[in-house]
This record gives sequence, structure tokens and C-alpha cells, in this order.
Amino acid sequence: MHDIYNFVSGPLVWVSFIIFFGGILYRLISMAVLAKKKDVIVYEYMSLQYGLRSILHWIIPFGTVKWQKNPIFTIVTFTFHICLIFIPIFLFAHIILWKESWDISWWYISDIAADVLTIVVIASCIFFLVRRIVLPDVKYLTSISDYVILGIVAAPFITGFWTYHQWPGFRIMGIIHILSGEIMLAAIPFTRLSHMIFFPFTRGYMGSEFGAVRHAKDW
Amino acid sequence: MHNISSWAWEIGKKLIADTGKWKDMFENIEEPYVSPDGEKIAAVVKTGEMEFSVCENDAPWERRFDKVWYLKFGPDNRLTALVSDTGAWTVAVDGDVWENTFDFVWNTKFGTDGKNITVAAQKEMEYFAVTNDIPWETGFSSLSNLTISRDGKRVAGVVPTVDVSEGEIFKFQEGCYSAVVDGKPWDTNFVNVWDMAFSHDSEHVAAEVRTSLYDYTIAVDGVPWDKIYTSVWMPQFSPANGSVTAPVRIAGKWTLARDGNPFWNRSFAQLWHHMYSPDGKKIAAIVAPKFGRWTVAVDGKPWSLTFGDLVTEAVFSPDGNRVACIGKEDGKWTIAVDGKAWGGVYDMVWQPVFSPDSRSVAAKAEKNGRYTIVIDGKPFKDSYKALGDPVFSPDSEKILIKGIEGDADGGKYYRQVLPITDITG
Amino acid sequence: MAEPAIKNSEQIDKIVDEGIDTGIARLTPEKIEQVINKVLKTETGARLKTYVETCVHCGLCSEACHYYLSHDNDPKFSPAGKVKQTIWEILKKKGKVDPEFIRRISRIASTECNLCRRCAMYCPFGIDVAYLITIVRRICHMLGVTPLYQQDTAHSHSANLNQMWVKEDEYIDTLQWQEEEAQDEIPYLRIPVEKEGAEIFYSVIAPELKFRAQLIYQAAVILNVAGVDFTMPATPGWDNSDLCMFTGDNEMMGRLKKAHFETAMRLKVKRIVMGECGHAFRSVYDVGNRWLAWKMPPIPVIHAVEFYYELIKEGKIKIAKKYEGAVTFQDPCNISRGRGLHEMARYVVNATCEEFIEMHPNREHNYCCCAGGGVINAGPPYKMKRIKGNRIKAEQLFAAKARGAKVVIAPCHNCHGGIEDIIHHYGLDMELYFLGDIIYKIMEKPV
Ligand code: HEM
Ligand code: HEM
Ligand code: SF4
Ligand code: SF4
Ligand code: SF4
Repeated sequence: MHDIYNFVSGPLVWVSFIIFFGGILYRLISMAVLAKKKDVIVYEYMSLQYGLRSILHWIIPFGTVKWQKNPIFTIVTFTFHICLIFIPIFLFAHIILWKESWDISWWYISDIAADVLTIVVIASCIFFLVRRIVLPDVKYLTSISDYVILGIVAAPFITGFWTYHQWPGFRIMGIIHILSGEIMLAAIPFTRLSHMIFFPFTRGYMGSEFGAVRHAKDW
Repeated sequence: MHNISSWAWEIGKKLIADTGKWKDMFENIEEPYVSPDGEKIAAVVKTGEMEFSVCENDAPWERRFDKVWYLKFGPDNRLTALVSDTGAWTVAVDGDVWENTFDFVWNTKFGTDGKNITVAAQKEMEYFAVTNDIPWETGFSSLSNLTISRDGKRVAGVVPTVDVSEGEIFKFQEGCYSAVVDGKPWDTNFVNVWDMAFSHDSEHVAAEVRTSLYDYTIAVDGVPWDKIYTSVWMPQFSPANGSVTAPVRIAGKWTLARDGNPFWNRSFAQLWHHMYSPDGKKIAAIVAPKFGRWTVAVDGKPWSLTFGDLVTEAVFSPDGNRVACIGKEDGKWTIAVDGKAWGGVYDMVWQPVFSPDSRSVAAKAEKNGRYTIVIDGKPFKDSYKALGDPVFSPDSEKILIKGIEGDADGGKYYRQVLPITDITG
Repeated sequence: MAEPAIKNSEQIDKIVDEGIDTGIARLTPEKIEQVINKVLKTETGARLKTYVETCVHCGLCSEACHYYLSHDNDPKFSPAGKVKQTIWEILKKKGKVDPEFIRRISRIASTECNLCRRCAMYCPFGIDVAYLITIVRRICHMLGVTPLYQQDTAHSHSANLNQMWVKEDEYIDTLQWQEEEAQDEIPYLRIPVEKEGAEIFYSVIAPELKFRAQLIYQAAVILNVAGVDFTMPATPGWDNSDLCMFTGDNEMMGRLKKAHFETAMRLKVKRIVMGECGHAFRSVYDVGNRWLAWKMPPIPVIHAVEFYYELIKEGKIKIAKKYEGAVTFQDPCNISRGRGLHEMARYVVNATCEEFIEMHPNREHNYCCCAGGGVINAGPPYKMKRIKGNRIKAEQLFAAKARGAKVVIAPCHNCHGGIEDIIHHYGLDMELYFLGDIIYKIMEKPV
């Protein structure tokens, strides 16, 4: 068990980070090359100013008509996404690991806060799940893969929480936690989670077309 | 242009007509036109209630019409207009009307020497061309893309050859159109036929055709090339050997093909309006080497100078060694010659004209609502209210300026011949 | 407004359309697979890939679409729902789909999406569903499966370079006829034809010649009274419209735009001013010109709304007496989302009308009229579907009417057609005008 733990928390971490960063880089470059070949239009009309203008509106809660019209969803998705990125980076338990292997550390959140935020994330995932099942239009768009992806995202939070609270089987759960975190990282570039990578480009492009060419808002 | 050496080329300025006075003579005067040699100025004028004529050098034509439009000087300085007398349309040439009348006439065209005048005509819903008052023997249910040979003797167009009604889409797709030359349609039908060109000897016609909704090619005398493309633009005959070249689109890019085979070895984001040098040895075309940048390519090699808005009206010098065109960047117009743009920019410029010795280039240009002539980038000091195209003298040393002086209210039309050094310094 | 919405697509499936039916009958699975893969391989790339892979299936775009709202939130009509039924399926099956599938996607692409781009403002990623649907139309075009009326219009474009089989002489004749008519009102009025070097080329669409010649009359009056130096060509190239853009016949679209712009260049005009048409504006402003490699229109194109704004703002047109009666205003997608002219439009409406009542939502967020994107050109078979597909517009208009609006101004031909049908069908009893109608009525004219 210790061996497994060592493997999962050692080499596999490396592997997952390499897949994560390498994957992002690969996706970006290959898409840029493809665009150059088949969609030069995108380069021609991409505008930094108008692209950023649109992105800015969309990453600000209630910054767009859409966000205003669906306040609950907006609150959930923004909290979810912020926590999603924030927790793993500023979690004491994680920083310890960075400290041990690289002797670097930074500001962290209290364990209570971490607990609360983790619950928030898990609750958000449940919200997304329920939404997918209940709302006919979302359900219509949903395939198995959407549940799997939601599971991949929820897993590190559930398992991390479990481990931290030392509930039964927490040792195995710890290993599963690390593994699930790694799976999530590795999944980002190669599943729909790649929306994280492409968001600035799709939104930026639409913002450029609307702003620079069509002189209209797109939010 | 026709017989330029017979024109008056003495240096000097001559008042042709005091167009300002026309206002007192007629109820209404339309925009003026000047003849190629500059000796005449004319406009459609209103002579009374529902009564129109043409005023030429201070005197109206004798005849009155209930409608006059499309005033055009031919290359031989004859003045044509499309006129209607109690609803019957015909062509008036220097004030005399053709004998035949029609339900409508339009699209006057001239051969290079001006002798042959052709119009499109419609009578009792039959469409045909009329050359020098002689109509085609057969009529069609429609006629478009009227095209004439260089000598003006032969006339081609596009007509429906199979009756097809609106809504019969599948019949349409079988091919219901063809080209018609001197009233005789080709044997082959196409889904569409568009722009066409005559060979230099007027014997052959090549046209853009579509053989299905997706397959474009060039047909020469009714025979399509055996290659198909996703699109084509207007073909041209080589004056040197009679081969046919056309811009063709392959895999989203444009290149030049000859007789159905690849000709230029590179492709462009756009390529059109290709043309042969007078000796037929070189080909120039307007191209976009990349999306959104425009220039001229000679024998497939684009200039390094490019324009963002557009390039148009390219022209070869008489010796075939130089090319000039109009370019527009950020809303400002200029002339480019051999890959170098003139310094000045204008609100509008007209097609550049080479001198017969190919050394100088002149163009009409507009700035702040006034017009002037620019030679080799240097504008003439005088500006005009209206201006005809500049013409170089046969010895290339003088320039003919046809300009109306004055302001919005008045105007005097002068014909002026200057040494070009008066402008270029 | 108690019309039962078309609940499922089965009813729609029954619509007989010779263009689609005959097209389908000629298909084989092999041909379909080959054509689809050719289009995907040669004509699509990073945009398609990114849009499909980035979509998180969240359904946030649903409520953007008037079809979805009008069909009681039927998921099949949501923007992503339409992509699912078409593009996703095509990609999943790698083009191995049967003719019946093509029938369905042709119907979805050409009669259930107006390419209005509203959903791009509701999807957080800005996924361009209109673009994706355009690819579907392109595939259907390449397969020869397009609604009959749309295809017929495309044929007219190809044979005459205009939308309605107008012959060269008929066009010129109409201009001369309208000129004469208008001279009864303003004796010095002219519609100068082929006036090289004029400031402006006034371009129109074929329906103005065929059915709405009064628009040419009115435009002539406005242009003459304002002292605008304009001209109209005597050759094909006068029609700025472009249904080929909507059938997926991109090559013809390019040919039409080339003719239009080259006509402007030949006439040596500085600008093209076009009548009140939305889709035509789109075709010359950011679609057709791009196919030809012009990044922006080579000769600037000014939509009528912007032009009226200039004329009124600069005092070239003076208002004798404002139009009485409350008006509301339809923002055509192609000039609001497509060109940001909504504020100028409001300036014109406020300058010309006593009372202006906003529809909600409005400006960029306005609902499409459901006629655009070539849908109205799919013809009578789909008329009811189009009307029912925009119950939400009826409700929107009804709300404006409840607040006093008696007149709808719609500065777009398609909007006009679409809204006219909606007004009739839903018994809204409102009057419908172009902006030009209003300006013509209330402007100062020389006596
Ligand atoms: C990449 C490898 C990862 C490793 C080695 C790792 C390691 C750990 C460890 C050792 C703990 C502490 C458990 C305890 O206190 O006993 C923990 C907790 C946690 N981890 Fe991770 N983790 C990883 C990835 C992730 C990721 C990607 C996420 C979320 C996106 C995540 C979220 C959490 C959470 C939410 C907790 C529990 C915090 C709490 O409730 O206080 N971890 N992790
Ligand atoms: C940092 C850039 C990111 C941006 C701008 C972003 C944006 C979005 C947006 C706009 C949505 C669609 C609607 C919604 O809010 O649910 C979404 C959904 C989602 N995002 Fe992200 N995201 C980002 C990163 C991530 C990351 C790193 C993950 C997880 C690894 C993630 C997981 C999810 C999930 C699971 C959903 C789907 C929710 C559902 O099932 O409806 N996102 N994201
Ligand atoms: S009709 Fe408009 S909102 Fe609906 S899917 Fe098409 S583009 Fe999107
Ligand atoms: S298109 Fe955009 S809004 Fe619609 S489901 Fe996909 S990601 Fe969500
Ligand atoms: S017709 Fe009018 S509302 Fe409809 S798509 Fe066109 S511009 Fe939009």
C-alpha cells in the first residue's frame, strides 16, 4: 500500500502534470496550426481589444445579460469555477506536499474554509447533475460522457474531503484522491474540460467579430 | 483609340462650349459627356414638358424625344443615345435615329474603331442584339452578358435555349442556357453561362460556364474543357497563339489555367481580370496573394506592394513591359505603376493611361470634389469641375485635357493640349 | 395566441417539398458519405473542431432562440439541440448517414434556424451556432437537397444576378417608370442611371422592383430632396441580395458579390448605399466579401438606416411634422447584431415619430423575425411553421401594443415579410412600415 501511495504521489504526479501542461500546449499549437491552414479568417479578424472586452464581460459575474437572467446558475457556476481553481492551489494539505518535495510554499486557506469550499464545490456538482437530469433542454444535450466528466471533476473533492476527515477507508481513499486529481488534470486537455483552454479563443473571436467588425456588443 | 494622330495636337486651349449658358436654354440639363477627341461636349436636356433632346456644343439636336438616356460617345467621336418616341425605342447616332424601333434598347457597345454600334433590344418579349440597325434574325426569351468582338462585327450573349419556368429547379439544373453568337446559339446547353470573350480574330468565343450546380469550367465555341473547377472567372484568348486562359479555383485557391491545364505555378487567395500584353507574351492579373491584400501579378509573380481595400483597372503599357493599376488603402485611392505607388492619395482615381512610348502614365484624380490630371504622380496645378480622361499625343509629348472650369453655378468647357513637362516639370 | 405549438417534428416531416424530396430520392449512402467528408475535410477546420469540442452541453443558449421559446421550450429547437441533431451526429457517424437523415438536417438547417446569431450572445463561449448550421446547409447544397423555393431563388441569382428573374430591361424600365411617377410630385427629380463618378451607388433588391416599387419611388424622393449625388447602374450587379449565401452555394454568393462591388467600382462611386434589407447587408458586409478575399467591403456599404441617420442629423432631410401615433421598432439582426445600427435607428425613429415604444428585448438582444436566414425564401410550404416558430415575436409585439404601439417599423425586407405574417396570423392588428415609408410621409418636400 505504501508503495502504491509512493507511486501515485510521486511519478504519477509528474506524469499528470506533464500531460496537463503538455496537453494544453499540444492542443493550443495544433489548433493554431489548423486554423492557419483552414480558418485564416480567425487570425484576420481577431482583435485583442475587442476580444478582451468580451472575455472580461463574460468572466465577471452578472456582467452579461445571460448571467443576469439566470442569477442562481450564475452564482453557482462562478463559485464552482473559482473554488475549483482556488482550492487545490491554496489548500494546506497540498502546499505541504509542495514544501516537502520542492521546498516552496505560499499562502493557504484554513482547513475550515477548505472544508466549506469543498462542500460548495460538491454541492455545485450536484446542482449541475440535477440540472442535467431535470431540465429537458440540458437533458437533450447530455450524453454519458457528460456525467463521466462531472464525476471526474467531483471525485477529487469528494475523496479529498473523505481523506481529510479520516472516514473509514481513508487511507485507500487518499490514494484514490490523488489518483482522481491526476485523472482530472490529465483529462482537461483531452475532453470537453478543454473548454478551459479554448474559452479565451472562442469568446475572444466572437467578441472581435461583434466588436471590431459588427460594432455591436456580444453580452 | 481611333485615329488619334488626326486629332488637333497644337499646344493651346480652346473654348468649346459655355455650358454655364445651357441653364438658360433648357429646363433641365443632365451630366455632360465629352468626346474622346475633346471636340464635343454633350448632355441630355429637357426641352419642354415630357420632351427631351441632346445638347451638343451649345446646340440641341433637332429631334425631340419623350425619353433620352445612356449618352455615349463612340471611339470615333460619334455620339449615341438611347431614345424613345411615343414609347418606341431606338438608337440615335449624332441626332439621326435608326429605322428599327423596339420595346426597349440598352447596353450600347462599340468596336475599337467605333464603326460598329451594338445594343441589346427587346421587342414583344423577344430579346436580341442589334448592330448598326440590323437586328438578329432570331429572338430569345432573354439576353444577358452582351459581348462584342474587338472589331465590333460579331456579337455574343447568353440566352435560355430550353424553356424553363420559375420553380422548375431540376429542369434548370439539366442545363437550359447557352451562349449565342450573332444570333446562333451553341449546340451545348449549360446550367449557366456568364462572362465571355472573343478571340482577337473575332472567330472564337470562350465563356465561363457551369455544367452542374457544382462544376465550373470554360467552354470554347461550345466545347467545355475536360477539367472542372469549383469556380472560374472570365477567360481570355491569347493574341499570340489563340490559346485560352482563365482563373480557376482549385481546393479553395485560385490559379491560372490554360486550355484546361495548370498554367501559373502558384495559387492565390484571389485572381481575376487577367489580361495579355499587346504582343500576347505576358499576362498580368489582379491577385490577392493572401486574404485581404491585393496587388498585380505579372506572369504569376506578384508585386511586393499590396493594397488592403482593393486593386482594380490594371492596364499594360503599349510595349508590354509595364503595368499600372488603381489601388486603394484605408479609403484613399492612388495609382501604382510597376509595383510602386504614386506618392499622392486621392478621393478617387480613374484608370491610368500609358503614353504611346510607354514612358509616362496619366490618370484623372479627384480631391475635395475637384478633378485634375496627374502624370507620373505629379498633379496638374489646375483643377476642374468635371474632367474627361486624359489622352497622350501620338508622340507621347503632349497631353489632352478635357475639362470644365468654373464652380457649381457656371462652367466653361475647354479643350487644352499641354506639353507633359508642364505637369511633370 | 392560443395556437398549439408544433410539439414535435413529425408534423413538420409531412411538409411536401419537391426540392428536398426529389433531392433525397437521388441520394445513396455512399454519395452522402463522400460529400460530407469532402466538405468537412476541405472546407472546415479549427472553428468547427473547437466549437464542437468546447461546447459543454450546458443548454445556456436555449432561451436565446425564438424557435425554442415559441415551441414551448422544445429541446429540439434549442441552438445546441439543432447542432446535436445535425453536426454532432454527422461527426459521430463520420458521414455514414442515410438519406432520411439528410432530409431531417436539411429541414432543420434551412427552416429551423434563421442564422440570426442571437445564441452567440447567450453561449458563454460564444459558440457560433449560425456558422455550424451554415455548414449543414453547405452539405445539403452539395448533396442537392434544398427547399424548392430557396433553390429557385438561387437559380434566378445565377441566371440573372438578381433574386427574382428580373431581366435587364425590366430593371431599367422600372427605374424609368418610377422616375416618371415621382416627377409628378417633384418635377426636377431624377434617378440618374450610370452616372460615373457619382458620390453614391444606390443599390436595391429585386423584390423592390417586382413588388415594392414604391420603395424605389420613395428612395428617389428622399435622395433628390436631400440633394444626394447618386446613381444606379444599368447593368446586372444592381441587386445586393444574396440567397446563395443561405443555400450554401458559396461560389454563386461570391459571383454575386463580385458583380455588385465591381459595378460600384465601374461607376466610380465612393460609397454604396443600400435599401432597407438585412440579409443583403450581411452578404456584402461580412460574408460574401470574405469569400472573395476582401477583408472589408472594397467600397464602403452603408445601410439605409445609417444613411437616413446621416441625412437627418446633417439636416439634409427636414421633418415637416412628426408621424403621429405610437410606433415600435424591430431591430433586424443583420444590422443590429450584424452592424450595431440600433442606436442610429432609434435616433431616426425619435426624430420622425411622435411616440416611440420599445419592444423588449431590443437592440442586439432583439428576437429575430423568423423570416431571415433564407427561411422566408423556403416559401409557402413552411409559412405556418415560420409563423408558429415565432409566437414569441407575436407576444413581444402584443406587449408593445398593450403599451400603445400601433405601428411596427421594420427596416428589413425579410423582417417585413415575417412580421406581416405574424401580425395577420396572431390578429395583432398593427400597421407595418419601412423607415423610408415614414420618412417619405413626414419629410419636408419642395412644393
Ligand atoms: C495531483 C495530485 C494531488 C495530490 C498528491 C493531492 C493530495 C492531497 C492530500 C495529501 C490531501 C490531504 C488529505 C488529508 O488531509 O489527509 C488532499 C486534500 C484535498 N485535495 Fe488533493 N491532491 C491532488 C490533487 C487534487 C485536485 C486536482 C483537487 C481538486 C481539483 C484536489 C482537492 C482536494 C481537496 C478538496 C482536499 C480536501 C480538503 C479539505 O476538505 O480540507 N486535490 N489532497
Ligand atoms: C478557467 C477557465 C474556465 C472557464 C472560463 C470555464 C467556463 C465554463 C463555462 C462558461 C461553463 C458553462 C456553463 C456553466 O457555467 O456550467 C463551464 C462548465 C463547466 N466547467 Fe468550466 N471553465 C473553466 C475551467 C474549468 C475547469 C478547470 C474545470 C474542471 C476541471 C471546469 C469544469 C466545468 C464543468 C464540469 C462544467 C459543466 C457543468 C455542467 O455539467 O453543466 N471548468 N465552464
Ligand atoms: S435561429 Fe438564431 S438563435 Fe436560433 S439557433 Fe439559429 S442563430 Fe441561434
Ligand atoms: S452552445 Fe454554448 S451555451 Fe449552448 S450548450 Fe454549447 S456551450 Fe452551452
Ligand atoms: S430578417 Fe430581419 S430579423 Fe430576421 S434574420 Fe434578417 S435581419 Fe434578422
